[in-house]
Amino acid sequence: MAYLELKNIYKTYGEDENVTEVLSDINLSIEEGEFVAIVGFTGSGKTTLVNLINGLLKPTSGEVLFKGEPVVDTSHERGVIFQNYSLLPWLTVGQNIYMAVKEAFPKESKSVLHERVKDYVSMVSLTPAINKRPKELSGGMRQRVAVARALAMNPEMIIMDEPLGALDALTRGNLQDEILNIWSQDKRTALLITNDVDEGIYMADRIIPLKPGPNATLGPEFKIEIERPRDKTALNDNLNYKKTRNAIIEYLMDIGEERKSVSHTKYVLPEISPKSFVA
Amino acid sequence: MEQDITLKKEGQSLAFLKPLLAKITPKFQKGDLLAWLKKTGITILSITLFLGLWHMGSKALYNKEADFKIEKALTEQGQAAADAERACIESGESSCQPNTLPAPTQVWASLQSLIADHKVITADKAAFAEKMAATNEKLIAQGKNAIVYTGRASFIDIVLTSIKTVFAGFLLALLIAVPIGIIIGLSPTLRSAFNWFIQIFKPVSPVVWYLLVFMIVKTLYIGDNSDNAFVISFISVGLCAMWATLVNTAMGVSSVDKDYINVAKVLKLGTFQKVFKVILPSSLPLIFTGLRITLSVAWMVLIAIELLAQSQGLGLFVWEEFQNGANDSNSKIIVAMFVIGIIGFLLDRLMLTVQNMVSFNKNEGV
Repeated sequence: MAYLELKNIYKTYGEDENVTEVLSDINLSIEEGEFVAIVGFTGSGKTTLVNLINGLLKPTSGEVLFKGEPVVDTSHERGVIFQNYSLLPWLTVGQNIYMAVKEAFPKESKSVLHERVKDYVSMVSLTPAINKRPKELSGGMRQRVAVARALAMNPEMIIMDEPLGALDALTRGNLQDEILNIWSQDKRTALLITNDVDEGIYMADRIIPLKPGPNATLGPEFKIEIERPRDKTALNDNLNYKKTRNAIIEYLMDIGEERKSVSHTKYVLPEISPKSFVA
Repeated sequence: MEQDITLKKEGQSLAFLKPLLAKITPKFQKGDLLAWLKKTGITILSITLFLGLWHMGSKALYNKEADFKIEKALTEQGQAAADAERACIESGESSCQPNTLPAPTQVWASLQSLIADHKVITADKAAFAEKMAATNEKLIAQGKNAIVYTGRASFIDIVLTSIKTVFAGFLLALLIAVPIGIIIGLSPTLRSAFNWFIQIFKPVSPVVWYLLVFMIVKTLYIGDNSDNAFVISFISVGLCAMWATLVNTAMGVSSVDKDYINVAKVLKLGTFQKVFKVILPSSLPLIFTGLRITLSVAWMVLIAIELLAQSQGLGLFVWEEFQNGANDSNSKIIVAMFVIGIIGFLLDRLMLTVQNMVSFNKNEGV
């Protein structure tokens, strides 16, 4: 039995005539310890998919099974790293993480929790900034706090919704390594949603493209057969990498073209010409 | 960058102290001094201009009324009476002075006379307390009420009464509006259910609020001869001023960023935790904006309400001076006007400082 399983998921927004089907017929299964990336265009329903898995949304039909149990609500077993960090701006870095660990381990004493906060802050190397507010941090630092917050709750699975989307290329590379590092330590199951094919190939075991919405559905999966730990600089010369990359991009370009050609509605413009005020 | 923002925040709330601070700080530079001189110079210039215009205006009004008086004496009683009138006005005799907009100097004199009056009354009070000390002790020992000073209040007492009323009213508004605002904000059902109520009562005028409170408090105090003017006025002020806080709190609570709500859900915070750790902190800036408006509205309506409630505050003072029609009444009214304005300004600054202290969004507040 798969660790996380999505069965015939449909998700619609709106009612009656205004209804739009965002996701249709999504089937996915992830094994324990696996790192899966879902790649898709912006607006293809990636965030909706993530929210279905972490329990913030409920599917219109179909079911999400986590360890065989249907997902009905959010759970501490599934840690979430949001696209826009979602740190509480009135709390410091330490307080943001403390709030999470306090919820995750309600029985632990204060000092144990404080230690835990410190450990995770130092894990993302933010110890000097522990008493700073999110506003005083750079985008990359904020995302590291979000990573630390999600991991400090010791989730069995990490769900990442375009976690590095808003960062510059250099910071992005560093954080990818950091996340991979943490992941490889205790091999938690991970699901990464991204719009960057290279990021997916570098980090994941499997890449599944999401066909753009409305009616978004998952495409055929691409297995990444590159040995870990992967070397970013050597990756460019890896034949396997080139092949997989080209295959995925080709696939995405094709569905992109398809999407364009589908919408060829012609708009009829009314026949109007400027009125002449000269008598 | 962040440092800049913090500095800016302080600069905003205490901007009026900046020239003074710049003067005190030892390591100011030449440019600072020049800027300070320029700023202070312009301020002084504008004050002088204002006083000058005021002086000229009041003088013109004075002359107009004086001419009219002399003219009237001339047509009704003849040349001799007109001359007498003119001599009377010029001599400065108080009985025949034109009663019009007072000049700045007269207002200044009135302020000083009010302060002198305060000293006299304070001395009076002390003497009274001393005289009655022994008697009061006996009365209290017998279980009776002590005799208290019931002479007229000095100007400073009046100002203090007004400030007390405004703070009591503000506290009442805070205690009513913030909890209700939070509850309404949390529940869309309650929000639509309460909406008609808020929309109808929000525009009601202070006078009507006063009458409403009067009806109720009068009945509650029936048979009790104690003075309920203070109670009536602070409740009216509170009810009048609470709407801004109510609406802002409800709006702040209902419009919390969806990301924060998602965080609360993912962390699985309980309802209580969610409200106090996420929703309230994130709506604090809006709540404080509401409270700031409430305090300024409270101070504004206070004058009208004190006048109606006969509460010994600035409102009643202004009205009594107007009814009094004494020679220096008009200038006392102007003194009260400036005191009201200055206290209102200080209250607003006070709230702004508090608002900036609790606000995590350092760029807010003007």
